[in-house]
Amino acid sequence: MTEPSVEQLLRHAAPKVLSALVRRHGYFDLAEDCVQEALFAASVQWATDGVPDDPEGWLVRVANRRLIDQRRSEQARRHRELRVAELEPADQLVVTGADTRPDSGRDDTLALLFLCCHPDLPPASGIALTLRAVGGLTTAQIARAFLVPEATMAQRISRAKQRIRGAGLTFTMPPPDQIEDRLRAVLRVLYLIFNEGYTASVGTDLQRIELADEAVRLTRQVYALRPDHGEVTGLLALMLLTDARRAARGGPDGELIPLAQQDRSRWNGAYIREGTALIESALDNAPIGPYQIQAAIAAVHDEAKKAEDTDWPQIVELYKLLNRISPSPVVTLNYAVAVAMAQSALAGLEVLESLEDDSRIRDHHRYHAVRGHLLDMAGDRCGAVKCYRKAAQATTSVPEQRYLDAEIARLTRETADCDGSPRAAG
Amino acid sequence: MKYMLAIYSNPLNWAHPTFRHQAGVSDTERAMMQEQFDRLLEEITDSGELVSGTPLAPPGLTRTVRVGDQGVETTDGPFAEMKEQLAGYFIVDCESIERAAALAARFPDARFAAVEVRPIMDLSAGAEM
Repeated sequence: MTEPSVEQLLRHAAPKVLSALVRRHGYFDLAEDCVQEALFAASVQWATDGVPDDPEGWLVRVANRRLIDQRRSEQARRHRELRVAELEPADQLVVTGADTRPDSGRDDTLALLFLCCHPDLPPASGIALTLRAVGGLTTAQIARAFLVPEATMAQRISRAKQRIRGAGLTFTMPPPDQIEDRLRAVLRVLYLIFNEGYTASVGTDLQRIELADEAVRLTRQVYALRPDHGEVTGLLALMLLTDARRAARGGPDGELIPLAQQDRSRWNGAYIREGTALIESALDNAPIGPYQIQAAIAAVHDEAKKAEDTDWPQIVELYKLLNRISPSPVVTLNYAVAVAMAQSALAGLEVLESLEDDSRIRDHHRYHAVRGHLLDMAGDRCGAVKCYRKAAQATTSVPEQRYLDAEIARLTRETADCDGSPRAAG
Repeated sequence: MKYMLAIYSNPLNWAHPTFRHQAGVSDTERAMMQEQFDRLLEEITDSGELVSGTPLAPPGLTRTVRVGDQGVETTDGPFAEMKEQLAGYFIVDCESIERAAALAARFPDARFAAVEVRPIMDLSAGAEM
């Protein structure tokens, strides 16, 4: 193993340092800013002076000093008539010896995640705050990852902090009866971060790919704290089993390569082994949940050496289960594909009929794309072209649109007099 | 998801914000619209939804360029000859097109001409599931 880089070291330390500060002083908002400043100071100073013996202690000391300075000047502003010393009983708490370091006996990362992923925060704010406060990323890095200006991202972070302050949310573990809901909110944010990074892994710049790695890293931290929790394990497994295909998912020109056509030798075997082991242990030991089922589906795909070897009947059963515990039109769409593969295209199309009147999905490009795919499988090329055209007109993703256009071109080449109009398809 | 809110307008004289320069608007109304606009901008700035905003110069300064058989053809004036012209645009990053449309409705310009909500294409692929 190589030595961790300074950046890795800093980002690993970030949540611990922040927790130590918030435990000591409160003032999450201010503490978070001070930790960012300390991280920046470290990145500059350690590059020339080398990493100190106790990096976390160093960061706590620097962040602590900033926090006290800022509190002092703030208080001085507010109460100019009084002497600072009289105002600042917290001073007694801040006599910091050289041995200052985060409370190593406990890991407050989870409490920090509960705060940053609070269900009262808008998702975009929770995501941004989590990446900064727990992930130790700078606002500029997060802004680049989400392709927005730094000022926009700074606003999202400051808004999240305002809400935390305004709602009086505190840095404590939620009461036992709320833990499950709050943990679900944390997993949701981590899942959104992963998805943002993973979907960006085709056809766009490498800057953004980091988000998938970051989501995996943060989810590993949660897993280390709650290895017994089925859905935590399930989400980590789902990320690994999905991310395992990342390299095979995009072609040299940024084109999207569907699962069936991916070069499976490019899949990440280590991730597949780890993800499979995780999901097997979760399914054996924990109550079932949506992340676990999705991970199990991903594992079935990943264990097939060739696309033709895929155990579709098992995937059908897993989607049935998923539709029972967490029904959604997207699950039904995937279920239809699995039924088509396990039984027949017509059987899959029959499943799709249940979505025809579902306003949540019938105008969505994914519905038309799946229908087109199943019609193509059923031999109705003109019908397929018609659906693919609808999908191509409805998607906002450039790689997806290119993929659909390529499918339309292939089908119209193979079928001379099919122009996709209702007349030709009839 | 990012959207372009395209502001179309036909002001008396081309100055920004264009809603201030519409015919038949009293000073009181003008002040109210300005306040509405300021509040809107403040809200989407604070929420981290505003990505950018760009006012456009008068349509008279526009050049439209076409390349035909004769080579490059440049004409003065905008491509579409309409009374209402694109006056500027805002890029917002928000939860849904419904939210983007709700924001569009709060631009005072929406009552004189229209504000168009256009989703911006994403270079990312959609999720695999």
